Amino acid sequence: MLSYILFIATIGGIYGLLALSLNLIWGGVGMVNLGLAGFFAVGAYASALLTTVGHGPIAAGWLIALVAGGVAGLVVTLSTTRLREDYLAIVTLGFAETVRLVASNEIWLTRGTDGISGIPGPWKRALGPDFNAVYFLIVVLALLVVFFVMRRIDRSPYGRALRAIREDAQVAQVAGKPVLRFKTEAFVLSAAIAGLAGALYGHFTSYIAPDMFLPLITVYIFLAVASGGTGRPAGALVGAYLVMTLLESSRFFVEWIPGVTAVQRAALKELLIAVALIVVLRLKPSGVLPERVPPAPRPS
Amino acid sequence: MIILQALVNGIVSGTLLAVPAIGFTAMFAVLRFPNFSVSGVATLGAFAGYLAYGVGLQMAGSLVVAFAVAGVAGLAFDKLAHLPLIKQGALPAAIASIATGIILENVVRLGFGNAPRGYDRPIARDVFLGDIRVSPQQLETMGLALLLMLLVFAALAFTRIGKAMRASADNPELAALKGIRPERIATLASFVGMGLVGVGGMLLGLDSSIDPLTGTRILLSLFAAAVLGGLGSVPGAVLGAFLIGMAEELSVLVVGSQYRAAVGFIAILVVLTLRPRGLLGERAY
Repeated sequence: MLSYILFIATIGGIYGLLALSLNLIWGGVGMVNLGLAGFFAVGAYASALLTTVGHGPIAAGWLIALVAGGVAGLVVTLSTTRLREDYLAIVTLGFAETVRLVASNEIWLTRGTDGISGIPGPWKRALGPDFNAVYFLIVVLALLVVFFVMRRIDRSPYGRALRAIREDAQVAQVAGKPVLRFKTEAFVLSAAIAGLAGALYGHFTSYIAPDMFLPLITVYIFLAVASGGTGRPAGALVGAYLVMTLLESSRFFVEWIPGVTAVQRAALKELLIAVALIVVLRLKPSGVLPERVPPAPRPS
Repeated sequence: MIILQALVNGIVSGTLLAVPAIGFTAMFAVLRFPNFSVSGVATLGAFAGYLAYGVGLQMAGSLVVAFAVAGVAGLAFDKLAHLPLIKQGALPAAIASIATGIILENVVRLGFGNAPRGYDRPIARDVFLGDIRVSPQQLETMGLALLLMLLVFAALAFTRIGKAMRASADNPELAALKGIRPERIATLASFVGMGLVGVGGMLLGLDSSIDPLTGTRILLSLFAAAVLGGLGSVPGAVLGAFLIGMAEELSVLVVGSQYRAAVGFIAILVVLTLRPRGLLGERAY
């Protein structure tokens, strides 16, 4: 039972990282990333390849995942920051599909749909059964670091400038804020965090495959951010664990329904999550912890 | 010769792709948000047509069923889930539409499972034109797709409601001043647009097989066709669909068939970098 709770708490923490990543751009700048699953996958594959094929250290894998996620974010934003927001939606969604396509077909590199197995975990052999507990602490540590960076950004002049862009990019531009640069920076940072989350995921489960990175992950994270409170880092964390609770309780719920096949159970679970997202967006778009905009310091 | 054959194949698949691309771009022109539930609606249309064909309807009749089922489902989701969110902006509506796409995909999965299914069409010998080979079935589906497109264009060009739709897409305030009721136009755009997407899902599934992910698989090509032609432009979507269809077939000769779908994504990036308004510009019709 304890190992089950640790497992859920770790995965919830990884979703928490993704939620913080999404909250930075969606809550902060008002940009959308419908390809979150793609950046998650890029990080997971970068780190897995470096540590299995390249025999590199795990810490280097995590670093590479950060960089790979950020570079992917840069590529995606370069062609779209100048354009209306709906184009970014289309491009990011397309990006995630393309990542899955490459991961499924470049068999020489990614072993295709078989996936990569045997991804090393830190001190896994020495720790034995304690591995899950230690890994949970590592994830919590990463989560805390990212959380405090996000909160620092949130309360800094930089964060206020990002919010100004969200409310009205034209006004921000007139006020002399470099709108394009800020948008690109925020998106790259957000994509890098998603990449790190992917790496943490891969080294925890020790196995990754293309169909772990379906658009459904993106829906989970939007549900987390929307239900927790868009625009507030603490809300993103609360939301991530809310989603995890919903996911696990729905699993028990669908197993309890008689006469359904495994495929139907999976379908019911996905249906439930998708319905939950629409219900939250319609009924409580501000979430459990609504955004608080701290007042700007007065010049003394 | 191989190149010519690839081009012919590209024109065939481009014709089929044009149908859902028109639906997607027309909905964007009127409702002003990218509706990502097209993946689920295309799958739903494909399965509705499959059932109709299975109980003995002809091809044309099955397409009508696919149109009606997809149109009603798409309209219902627009009214219930997407349009109430439009007040918060285009993006919340777009996000909700991803969720509704997943809902539809899983409704189909609940009913039919994951196994691929094929339409049992009578087998016919391929026709040769010189060295170019086409199957009579391809010609039939292509003919039906062309007919449907002609109908859409005629409706937009000559009927009152078609003109009202174009006016509303062009300038909603001015159209409303002239007595065109915007919510009626929105209803019509949702129904017809999603109907076309459903038919498109069926047309594209006819040659191979269908499963709950049929719609997701055509998503990239669909977006690419719409963006390439100019998001919101109906003739642009047709032009974009032909270009993407041919580019995908030609790419098979160069990089192999696995990367067909990536062509769409690359086309989107190139167009948005060089000519973001698309080839024909962002104008409805």
